[in-house]
Amino acid sequence: MQETILMKGNEALAEAAILAGCRHYFGYPITPQTEIGAYLSKRMPEVGGVFLQAESEIAAIHMVYGASCAGKRAMTSSSSPGISLKSEGLSYLAGSDLPALVVNVQRAGPGLGGIQPSQSDYMQATRGGGHGDFRNIVLAPASVQEMASLTQRGFDLADEYRMTAMILSDGTIGQMMEQVTLETPVPKLVEKPWALTGTGGKREKNIVTSLYLSPKELEEKNLTRFARYKLVEERETDYEAFCMEDAEICLIAYGISARVSRNAVSAARAKGIRAGMIRPITLWPFPSAALKQAAKTVKHFLSVEMSMGQMMTDIELAVRCTRPVTLVSHVGGVIPTPEEVLLAIERAAEEAAV
Amino acid sequence: MSKTNKPHSMTETHTHYCPGCTHGIIHRLVGDAIDALGIEERTIGVAPVGCSVLAYNYFNLDMTVAAHGRAPAVATGLKRANPESIVFAYQGDGDLASIGMAEAVHAAARNENITIIFVNNAVYGMTGGQMAPTSLPGQLTQTSPNGRDVDLCGLPVKVCEMLSQLDGPAYIARVAANSPKNVIAAKRAIEKAFRNQVEGKGFSLVEVLSSCPTNWGKSPKDALKWMDSTMIPYYPLGVYKDTSRREIDS
Amino acid sequence: MAKWTIQAERCKGCGLCVDACPKQILRIDPDVINHKGHSPAQMTDETRCTKCGFCVLMCPDCAITVER
Repeated sequence: MQETILMKGNEALAEAAILAGCRHYFGYPITPQTEIGAYLSKRMPEVGGVFLQAESEIAAIHMVYGASCAGKRAMTSSSSPGISLKSEGLSYLAGSDLPALVVNVQRAGPGLGGIQPSQSDYMQATRGGGHGDFRNIVLAPASVQEMASLTQRGFDLADEYRMTAMILSDGTIGQMMEQVTLETPVPKLVEKPWALTGTGGKREKNIVTSLYLSPKELEEKNLTRFARYKLVEERETDYEAFCMEDAEICLIAYGISARVSRNAVSAARAKGIRAGMIRPITLWPFPSAALKQAAKTVKHFLSVEMSMGQMMTDIELAVRCTRPVTLVSHVGGVIPTPEEVLLAIERAAEEAAV
Repeated sequence: MSKTNKPHSMTETHTHYCPGCTHGIIHRLVGDAIDALGIEERTIGVAPVGCSVLAYNYFNLDMTVAAHGRAPAVATGLKRANPESIVFAYQGDGDLASIGMAEAVHAAARNENITIIFVNNAVYGMTGGQMAPTSLPGQLTQTSPNGRDVDLCGLPVKVCEMLSQLDGPAYIARVAANSPKNVIAAKRAIEKAFRNQVEGKGFSLVEVLSSCPTNWGKSPKDALKWMDSTMIPYYPLGVYKDTSRREIDS
Repeated sequence: MAKWTIQAERCKGCGLCVDACPKQILRIDPDVINHKGHSPAQMTDETRCTKCGFCVLMCPDCAITVER
């Protein structure tokens, strides 16, 4: 079934979750993602699902932990300060190899910060976000359509690799209204023989835990997990290349920054500058190989992000510092304009020509 | 007929608890209740962080371990995801009455249809005997070396008294594991707390006063005596809330 | 045939059964040591045992069985 409608990003994400078979949502209100909870509080009962407003962000993610233990597709959503609270749960989900979908509609920080859009949780999201060695699959939607499609992909990936998939969005993408085609995907249903459903007297008991008191055993657990992460890096890395065929100036941007950057690239092309953009769709795994390849012909990279160079670090690592990387950023809820990004492209082009 | 000791829903594994620690008695009572109600095959346990973190080794049940204090939230997720399951959380006093207070209070307020066994031994056992929210005034612990100073750290938290003020929960009771008589009463309360869930009555919490001979610096025998002389007077035993009883009354 | 039995390897020698026994016929023999280094409880006079089961109730280690 397909229908194209006008929808807010947050609502499209919520409806997509239902279409992906998620029937368990636990959350706590925080701007700018409240539409997700509001929408699901109405929709979940209609489809026989569970919407529960928890007493805190912490409780919400541990309810997700519980529902995931039971083998069900479960999700929570929040915004930056709330994700900090959820970092405990992210670590326990990872340590217990449980699938989950966590949404972060980023707002500006640190601390209470503001309620305007931001991308300043990049490091927190791509490095796991809690104690211990672990990763989340981080998906970065740049449109309302992708709020829907990446949510559905996120559930599949989470189940397949037994890890958290995080939708790292921002207040703009969450709040904006756009046309979206909602599809009813066929969820990749994965057997969950580890789930806590009661032994039924038919099998040995299942134990879901992150506790391993033997160092050897715990090391083995970590290594096995990272072997799985390697598979994710090999198979699931995703990005969009825009005007990259002959690009000398390459913008790297995701989410709302990518939309701004796309306009700037088009404007630069109109001025005869060979600009292009690589838009990471997965922030972890980061499209490092694509950047490394691009560095063979690209003369200058620009990291367009609404954070203080958090993503720039990954770009420098990807290109092994063989090309200059310039930060084009705004923080605190300010969104870069296409004009100033264009200006940065022009400067980089001048430098490259010298 | 034999008065056997080990319930079917428990494993043969020897526990790691110190000699005379009454966690073992309370585990057995939980197992007895699960056996009596015939719910072993659909019961799921949530272990806490604390001495009973390894409880999953001792039950023949599907189990998980929650982050410190979050057992009621994890139990909520499990129960909501699969209402046919019988879900219980087994928590200590640091876990429930300190770091996990919010989760416990709100699960109770929602009348979440789960069972909580709350083991109160007035001390942080696993970490080596620090002052707990439930440590008694004057009680010597590793972090109250001169005895709990109520001017400095306030007074103990009485969980049953507090939770029974909420309209939500179905059943709140305090029992003790320090004498045959009290253990029999504890067995009844724990069974009721599970039966309530089977019958859909809602949130049931049994606080079980328990001993910690190691961290109290007492022999197992003296520890039980101290419970009688000092702990029980401060934490009176009894049923603090029982909505099924109210139904009968009205 | 013994009606009171103990799995001596489960016993941690805490003595809670000894204190619970109304007939005071259980004891800890420090000369007997199990593999864990504990001295398990012993029955001293089973003829006086009423099989009340208090020892079973108070045993934290599921070590004692009373048949009646």
